Amino acid sequence: MQPRHDNAGAPAHAAEREQYLTFNLSGELFAIGILSIREIIEYAQLTQVPMMPRYIRGVINLRGSVVPVVDLLARFGQGLTEPKRRTCVVIVEVDTEDGIQQLGVLVDAVNEVLEIPATDVEPPPSFGVHIRNEFIRGMGKIGERFVILLDVARTFSVEELAGLASVAASEPETLAA
Amino acid sequence: MDIDQAIPTFLLEARELLEQMEDGLLQIENGEGDGETVNAIFRAAHTIKGSAGIFGFDEVVGFTHTVENVLDRVRGNELAIDRPLAELLLASGDHIGTLLQRVADKAHGHDPVVNAIGHDLLGQLARFTTASTLPVPVAAAAAPAAAPTASGSDDSAVTGNWHVSLRFSHEVLQHGMDPLSFIRYLGSLGDIEGIVTLQDALPALGELDPETCYLGFELSLKSEASHADIDGAFDFVRDDATIHILPPHSPLRAYADMLTALSPEPASLGEVLVRCGTLEAAELERALAPAPVATTALVPVIADDAPALPTLIDAPPAAGSKPARDSGRAKTLRVDADKLDQLINLVGELVIAGAGANMIAGQLKARRMLEATATMARLIEEVRDSTLNLRMVQIGETFNRFQRVVRDVARDLGKDIRLVINGAETELDKTMVEKIGDPLMHLVRNAMDHGIEAAELRVARGKPAQGTIRLDARHDSGGVLIEVSDDGNGLNRERILKKAVEKGLVSPQQNLADEDVYKLIFAPGFSTAEQLSNISGRGVGMDVVKKNIEALHGSIEIDSIEGQGSTMRIRLPLTLAIIDGFLVGVGDASFVIPLDQVVECIELPAGERQSGQRRDYLNQRGQILPYARLRDALDLPAGKDGRNTDRNLVVVQYGGKRAGLVVDSLHGEIQTVIKPLGRVFSRVQGISGSTILGSGAVALILDVPRLMQQVTDRAAA
Repeated sequence: MQPRHDNAGAPAHAAEREQYLTFNLSGELFAIGILSIREIIEYAQLTQVPMMPRYIRGVINLRGSVVPVVDLLARFGQGLTEPKRRTCVVIVEVDTEDGIQQLGVLVDAVNEVLEIPATDVEPPPSFGVHIRNEFIRGMGKIGERFVILLDVARTFSVEELAGLASVAASEPETLAA
Repeated sequence: MDIDQAIPTFLLEARELLEQMEDGLLQIENGEGDGETVNAIFRAAHTIKGSAGIFGFDEVVGFTHTVENVLDRVRGNELAIDRPLAELLLASGDHIGTLLQRVADKAHGHDPVVNAIGHDLLGQLARFTTASTLPVPVAAAAAPAAAPTASGSDDSAVTGNWHVSLRFSHEVLQHGMDPLSFIRYLGSLGDIEGIVTLQDALPALGELDPETCYLGFELSLKSEASHADIDGAFDFVRDDATIHILPPHSPLRAYADMLTALSPEPASLGEVLVRCGTLEAAELERALAPAPVATTALVPVIADDAPALPTLIDAPPAAGSKPARDSGRAKTLRVDADKLDQLINLVGELVIAGAGANMIAGQLKARRMLEATATMARLIEEVRDSTLNLRMVQIGETFNRFQRVVRDVARDLGKDIRLVINGAETELDKTMVEKIGDPLMHLVRNAMDHGIEAAELRVARGKPAQGTIRLDARHDSGGVLIEVSDDGNGLNRERILKKAVEKGLVSPQQNLADEDVYKLIFAPGFSTAEQLSNISGRGVGMDVVKKNIEALHGSIEIDSIEGQGSTMRIRLPLTLAIIDGFLVGVGDASFVIPLDQVVECIELPAGERQSGQRRDYLNQRGQILPYARLRDALDLPAGKDGRNTDRNLVVVQYGGKRAGLVVDSLHGEIQTVIKPLGRVFSRVQGISGSTILGSGAVALILDVPRLMQQVTDRAAA
């Protein structure tokens, strides 16, 4: 038993029985580790902040805190999310230098919380998924379908959202080591 | 009982005391000090030593003790503080600071550099101390004076040791004091030759409360220290203990009185004195023998603060020093900053909730309800103001630090420079005061290094040989204005331009206004110093200064006249927490303009409402008033509702200028609790934060100066 697990490394080990929240975005199924999720709220009044990239839709009042809302679809470079009846804001927590930053994520609809064993998580294909490779932590297998497991730290890097890091979103990806 | 928890407080207080010491010394150096200043310096050193002793920081105690000895002689008019001595004492103060820093860093072992400095200073200080102090003969001389009636029949004890008798109250541990640390401190004043612990008061184990102190101590101390020094060891526990201190060779009667005062059975307690070596058995017998006929009446019990015996040599008489201390400390209360922040947050929530209630009352059109909420709103406003006031501190303390900086740097540079401070009483938020120190330091150093010319050049230019640096602070249109000015060279436009062209910051053809040229010095890596010095000129400064100030939502401008001097003008908001705002609407969005920047509101004449016209200025009572459309300035989407568009104009003032901002609708005054937007929005220009409206919606707060700057830049492009 022991030697076989050595290759798996710590992250996979920790994720062995990890739970994920799955949600729909423009017909595609995505998932985020439940540990990064604080709550899910209804999409309501949103205040736009001028001169921000398209994928920052604005800010909301979350019980007295002002929280930025990210349009995930726009973050993936695939146009703006049109708010519909089932549109939700998923509040995720991201670790930053200055502590934990809460971010709202605009999604079309949330589905369910699933447990995906690490053995059912495959590395992302080198092409074919139309989002930046580094955003993907892996592809989870649920029955016959695949769900894209998002890397929260990279997808919602505060530095990058703020445009502080000069990582150009359009730059071609280097091979993931 | 963990005495370590008190260490941060000790460090904080010790540093404050060091600052007081330094202020006092600088005053004396400038010939402004008086006797009280000397006393204050002495008390500061004394208290630092005393409290360091409690914690057993021997390095600090040892060094400060010598400093205190010198100061004591100054106080006794045996020494006058001249320049070299002031210099030495300042350096000693710095060294105490270093030692404290070592305590803070939990540095163990010996730092050879620190030791060398300490040793050197001690050597210099030694020249000012006489052959230590001479307590023994003086005490001997004083003893008869204190007991004049005792005459021949009353002989003195043989022992050459002090006797200290301690009875701690039961609560002493609960008050955070550890009796052991006091005894340990006594050990630093001399050698404890005998000690007996009194444990008669200890209850049976079942009734013993581990947080109650049941112990008393009798100890015999061989020490050269004065009565005041020994007594001073107990400054912190005076309320929690009964303390008797008997000097060497005290009359036996004094021991007898102490015994009767402390115990119903003086004889058995007397045995303890014998055991700890203070008295010999025969002496005890003689002391107790003459029966307590009239002894108590003859010699008052030597207790606590009794102006007894050898206080003659060391005279911080309680009566003289206490009132002075009270007036200096005023009535202040140290409160944990976190508690204050929590209170301010709560008040912030209250303001929002109040606004919500007010809005609902308005919607319901309930007149009496409206009246009630109006009263509430007024009260909330007062609560808010007084709460914010709690965080306000005078900037003077920060300014005063620069006296020393200017003095030291001037000496290093070989220049004669004085610092003039104005508006030290100007108050602003504590966070701001803390954070503005470094930028100011840089500006002051720069002004001294690059600004003030060498004395010969100054005289040649017809200026007084002594250069002047000014630090001014005052309230100005809702914020604070801090100016750092010098009467030196002024900025050299040509040199800055040349350098900027070299660095590729501007092209040689560009025709820049003076103001814009001066701004170039804030560019990263820009330094015009022809020669690098250790004071400034490494080129890491001005851009960092600007960045730090902008992080506080402040701004910096430069005014300079070549050959006459320059002024750095820093504007800061009063606080970062809550402001009065004016709510305006553009399309669906609401924005808050800080109220103190709003001059007036006017209706935009119908003919001016279309954007894209040739001119964007108005004739306002004969003055040109340029205006910008908020919608365009912030790239907001066009409103769906055409009717309301661009109807109103808010006249704003910023940095001495006036301009108009065109908005759709005006919603009136509003109290805003500033919610920072966070890092994600750190690049947004023209927005300083956000606030939550009574309706629960988020409104953005405009940063008017930066917004207008951006409008100006765009117009220039």
